Amino acid sequence: MNEEKTPSKLEKILRAGHLAVTSECGPPRGSEAGHITKKAEMIRNHVDAVNITDNQTSVTRLCSLAACIHLKMMGLEPVLQMVTRDRNRIAIQSDILGAASFDIFNILCLSGDHQSFGDNPKGQNVFDLDSMQLIQTVRHMRDEGKFLGGDSIERPPRMFVGAAANPFADPFEIRVPRLAKKIAAGVEFIQTQCIYNVEKFELWLKLARERGLTEKIFILAGVTPFKSVGMAKYMKNRVPGMDVPDELVKRMSGVAKEKQPEEGLQICVETIQRLKEQKGVRGFHIMAIEWEEKVPEIVERSGLYPRPNVN
Amino acid sequence: MIVAKQKPIEEIIETLKGYNKILILGCNECVTVCEAGGKKEVAVLASALRMYFMNQGQEVKIEEATLERQCDHEYLEEIRKTVDQYDAVLSLACGVGVQFLAEKYMHTPILPGVDTCFMGVTEERGVWSERCQGCGQCILAWTAGICPVSRCAKRLLNGPCGGSSKGKCEINKEVPCAWQIIIDRLNELGRMEDYERLIPIKDWSTERAGGPRKVVREDVRS
Ligand code: SF4
Repeated sequence: MNEEKTPSKLEKILRAGHLAVTSECGPPRGSEAGHITKKAEMIRNHVDAVNITDNQTSVTRLCSLAACIHLKMMGLEPVLQMVTRDRNRIAIQSDILGAASFDIFNILCLSGDHQSFGDNPKGQNVFDLDSMQLIQTVRHMRDEGKFLGGDSIERPPRMFVGAAANPFADPFEIRVPRLAKKIAAGVEFIQTQCIYNVEKFELWLKLARERGLTEKIFILAGVTPFKSVGMAKYMKNRVPGMDVPDELVKRMSGVAKEKQPEEGLQICVETIQRLKEQKGVRGFHIMAIEWEEKVPEIVERSGLYPRPNVN
Repeated sequence: MIVAKQKPIEEIIETLKGYNKILILGCNECVTVCEAGGKKEVAVLASALRMYFMNQGQEVKIEEATLERQCDHEYLEEIRKTVDQYDAVLSLACGVGVQFLAEKYMHTPILPGVDTCFMGVTEERGVWSERCQGCGQCILAWTAGICPVSRCAKRLLNGPCGGSSKGKCEINKEVPCAWQIIIDRLNELGRMEDYERLIPIKDWSTERAGGPRKVVREDVRS
């Protein structure tokens, strides 16, 4: 796991053995780039790379690639999230090249939420590839220097290839085999679904360790602070594939409304501190949804500050 | 079979506007089984329309017939002699039958009476569900006999996604997750190791993406 394959700063940090910190920014529902650059500015000194979501929950937004370019121009390290829901293999390869032309060095390969969740439930979906096949596609373009069609690429993309993993979705028994499958497809780093059920996550990690999978890839544990008990309940009941234990909801509802944000942050920091000690956790992916201003505080309180300088 | 459902009667009436002599034409095959366009449904629809036009004070003549199939020349020919008597034919066959009729009888307006939905099964009387989308290159050998193309909302060949929850699909708690069924089957078959086989990028050119499709068998052509 020492050999660097791309100029990605995230890759360098991980290979150097540091705990990496990534975060994410959702692009705006309009063309005002200031929204995204402002969010990025808040977190720039506290994270190593910033994911830009791709029309998350199928709600139409400014495109991930353009937002990544804005970040790149600010001197930040973007992670281009790409879903296979909206693009066929032509568009996928084309967007990868577009990103590569701006020296975007990280990509996160996803299938994407179904469009029925978003603002265009009557639209078509594409799913020409699935997330595993997207991983294979990026690796093929990078390592073979070829398009899927077989022709050579002039200046192939140099991207550190990531994917998501959700240890909490069903059926649990295939969640580790599924990770193995993503590794076989060529994934190099994983950002997990938000972890609230820490025990279940630790079980998943243990099973992954036993199969030697944690030696093959870098797993960044995903965390999201609750802003309120309402959010905790929403995540528990309404977000597919999310596992929020009752104790956490109880803990959030046990404090006064104005104290709830602090309680949410405290839970988040405790989760990070506990998982820092777990073998196989190589960093954290902090998704502070519309609460980016709290990311620096979470990073500092978790003892992950200052960020290493690898360049 | 091909599963269809009857169009709302208001929509049918709208498309029949201006025609005074109408043939409602059923089909004895799939649409009979899914109770959308067989002899029985033809009769029920014909009475409803007669009643409607009578109440409107309009003189519209409605006749009924049901063919063995509407997707074969042989049976469609049965109405050749009589078709010209009608201002329009309302076919209760699937979209295949409607079109074959339209291609054959150039001077008669042919209208659809059902919405053709999918290829599927009768789960129980009154409940039909999808099983196949005719992708033209069957992968069921690799997916424990359960089709992710037609039954996974994202057509994931290497699923399940992160939204699978308690056996149900992320799009709706009523929809079974295809990948949960595949995994349950693999478990039963003692073939969980098959799960880790990566299914390669699919050639979709044999599916809708490749344009209208055709199967030609030289050995059986007459
Ligand atoms: S939940 Fe299952 S059926 Fe639904 S999209 Fe995900 S993998 Fe496909």
